Amino acid sequence: MERTRLTRAELEANFADLHPAYSRDEAVAEASRCLFCFDAPCMRACPTHIDVPRFIRQILHDNPLGAAETIFSENVLGGSCARACPTEVLCEGACVDKTLQGGPVHIGRLQRYATDAAQAQDLWFFEPGTDTGHRVAIVGSGPAGLACAHELRRLGHAADVFEARDVAGGLNTLGIAAYKISTELALKEIEPIRAMGAEIHLNSPVDANRLAGLRRDYDAVFVGVGLGSTRQLPIPGEELEGVVEALDFIFPTHTGPFSECYVGRHTVVIGAGNTAVDCATQAVRLGAEQVTMVYRRTDAEMSAFSYEYELAKQDGIVFEWLAQPVEFVADDDGDLRALRCRRLRLQGQGRRARLEEIADSDFEIPCDLAVQALGQAPVADELLGGIEGVTVVSGRLVVDPTTGATGAPGLFAGGDCTSLGAEIVDAVQEGKVAARGIDEYLKGGS
Amino acid sequence: MKTWKKPDLTSEVAGIRSPNPFWLASGPPTNSAYQVRRAFEAGWGGAVWKTLGEPIVNVASRYGAIDYDGRKIAGLNNIELITDRPLEENLAEIRQIKREFPHHAVVVSLMVESSREAWHDIVKHTQDTGCDGLELNFGCPHGMSERGMGSAVGQVPEYTERITNWVMEAAEIPVLVKLTPNVTDVRYIGRAARNGGADGLSLINTINSIVGVDLDTLAPRPQVDGRGSHGGYCGPAVKPIALNMVQQVASDPEIQLPVSGIGGVQAWQDAVEFLLLGAGNVQVCTAAMHYGFRIVETLISGLEGWMSDKGFLSLQEVVGRSVQTVGDWADLDLSYKVVAEIDQGECIHCGLCYIACEDGAHQSITWREVPEAEFVGGNGTSPEGARPQVSVSGGHQVVVGSGAGHVNIYEINQETCVGCNLCSLVCPVQGCISMVERDSGLPSMSWREYQEKLAKGEVEKIEPPAHV
Repeated sequence: MERTRLTRAELEANFADLHPAYSRDEAVAEASRCLFCFDAPCMRACPTHIDVPRFIRQILHDNPLGAAETIFSENVLGGSCARACPTEVLCEGACVDKTLQGGPVHIGRLQRYATDAAQAQDLWFFEPGTDTGHRVAIVGSGPAGLACAHELRRLGHAADVFEARDVAGGLNTLGIAAYKISTELALKEIEPIRAMGAEIHLNSPVDANRLAGLRRDYDAVFVGVGLGSTRQLPIPGEELEGVVEALDFIFPTHTGPFSECYVGRHTVVIGAGNTAVDCATQAVRLGAEQVTMVYRRTDAEMSAFSYEYELAKQDGIVFEWLAQPVEFVADDDGDLRALRCRRLRLQGQGRRARLEEIADSDFEIPCDLAVQALGQAPVADELLGGIEGVTVVSGRLVVDPTTGATGAPGLFAGGDCTSLGAEIVDAVQEGKVAARGIDEYLKGGS
Repeated sequence: MKTWKKPDLTSEVAGIRSPNPFWLASGPPTNSAYQVRRAFEAGWGGAVWKTLGEPIVNVASRYGAIDYDGRKIAGLNNIELITDRPLEENLAEIRQIKREFPHHAVVVSLMVESSREAWHDIVKHTQDTGCDGLELNFGCPHGMSERGMGSAVGQVPEYTERITNWVMEAAEIPVLVKLTPNVTDVRYIGRAARNGGADGLSLINTINSIVGVDLDTLAPRPQVDGRGSHGGYCGPAVKPIALNMVQQVASDPEIQLPVSGIGGVQAWQDAVEFLLLGAGNVQVCTAAMHYGFRIVETLISGLEGWMSDKGFLSLQEVVGRSVQTVGDWADLDLSYKVVAEIDQGECIHCGLCYIACEDGAHQSITWREVPEAEFVGGNGTSPEGARPQVSVSGGHQVVVGSGAGHVNIYEINQETCVGCNLCSLVCPVQGCISMVERDSGLPSMSWREYQEKLAKGEVEKIEPPAHV
């Protein structure tokens, strides 16, 4: 493990936008492919239900700012989602042009074109609602908390956001591969939420005690704390310096210059989800000579989306399927030198297939950095487990999906702490829904 | 192995022959020998030289266009006048071109002040070049009309007849009168040209228009130092207007003149339509201005292919073939019935048919939400006969057309469908919605017959369809 050896220019090029912005002519040409479907599948497939045909028609008719208003009215992080959404399984997956023309309208890139236009002018479209006198505390400034805060401000409620870190935005700012969402863009998307009057208090962690205080001091509380640290493999050697967890590997690309990021010449990523792919492709971009992804099952079972897998393949990443990590191996100086794995085989077919270890099959993958990307552990139990009425099932905080309400009065929640890990766009929707649930609650409706 | 039997595309209109029926219309592409030479080398059968007359002075800018949702130039408008080159220069070049291309049609468009001497003079000078015909420009709606020429002539039957008459006194070669569409009934002008002795008609000239307003400067387009003027509109958008007028003229028993069809031809299909509705050839301008002379290759290829496919060996077999299929509305059969039918196997679930019928027509399409699992079915087909397109990514099932857990299935209510065509017109999938003939169970009866029978008490009043 060492600091990246690439030059500043190489790093800038490597972390440049995966998909460059459309020019006006490109955007109009792409927009002209949209059929303007009735009750459009793309709109239904979007968790925030952005009126996609409407905003694309606005782009087609040279009204990108109107398009941006359409987008932001449903999704306050429309610029981030334009870049990081798995559109392949959402709006673009549903697009009927896949049948008609062999490929979907590139909705994500059009959305970016529109949101860029508004952000280039520092333009916002909404105003705070008439002050209701109600005050709502929001725990966590990730996508759910931000969306909730913005919607509450539109409805006229005061919104105080408490963020444990020294930077706002949660995983939207820190946790997405930097070539998808730049830190600059992520922070820019927060500006209008502040401008709407939401107060974001940084360095303000909330524990169970503080939460109880917030519930006393505020008329309602929204919890959008996300998840905790990455799950660790309970195998020997995990304490070695070269063994890190996924988010700790990604964060530095957002908190500091790329030139200060560390990487392994031989980097191993354990796991095969979308975050694992982010780590692997980031390692390549930071100059790793070889990157290997290790997964117990095969590509048929991996949870990374197909296009993420394609991205990884294009980056020259090596895949070790059916490999069970058994030990992080140190050299004589105590530095990580390899990941020892045991070969597995699948017994049976499909999802029911069981994994079996193959005897005497251990092998080593040389590496000086091992990134564990096995998903984050839930924290809801620790924070909320003791509150009367709150239900936490297997780490998942249970809420009414139509209002975001927990079983405790005035306590609402959304985002990864209620889903155990979903997309930014899901968190935005949950924050928005909860804000409307809170509004009803404050009006005495529930 | 079948081989295409290439049809004979040789064309003759009013005694003017050309190797194929594709002429360049009088306009910017036929402004000079340089351009006409390039056009003939590219394959055009004829060209109508840009209008000769007293040299004029042009303005800048001159053209404006409307685009249609990403496609450029659905319609083009211009405020350019007739040739701005000296008459002698034009005449010398026409003579030179005719010498180089003896078998191509070189027709010269003319427009001068409304005096017998002026017309005699220009006709004599022009036909002296050896050109094959003359076309009288009684149509330009802008600029020249303010000076008593162009459409100022072509909008008044008496002027049209009189000037045609003057021309015929001097003309020794075929004369076409070019008609303006900016009239209430083009047949009156056609009859006047016939009475004046014209050998043929060409139509339509451009349509009077303002093509748009610049939304920054608030001045019309095209603008000349912040002001504009009405101009002549042409291009693909005007074709239906031209087709109607060509058919009107071709079917008029008092006219009976050969017709050269003009107006929005850009694809071979457009040309075939003009021929079927009575034009002996077609003239093209906007499409050549947009894409250059090489488009004639696809026009010829398409016409040849269509004629081969249909078994037509010569243009004579095609020209006018559909003229008699157009008639009065009052003679259409009120008992004829068609209804729409959706092929669920082709449907992509865009819902455009539904909303068009619902908001724009007769509320005869229904939709229902079919749960995704049911739609996907067990064996690749859904209960409705749809063809689900399913993929899996990262453990997520992705179904085209599905959102929020369901797919919309659209169906025609054939009991209330009035057979208007709208759904089949908006449907983006070729062959998905078809209009199917149904036996109405009623004897054939036109409006005219209905009125007669109603008066005699032979039929009941037809009740209007139910509306929601």
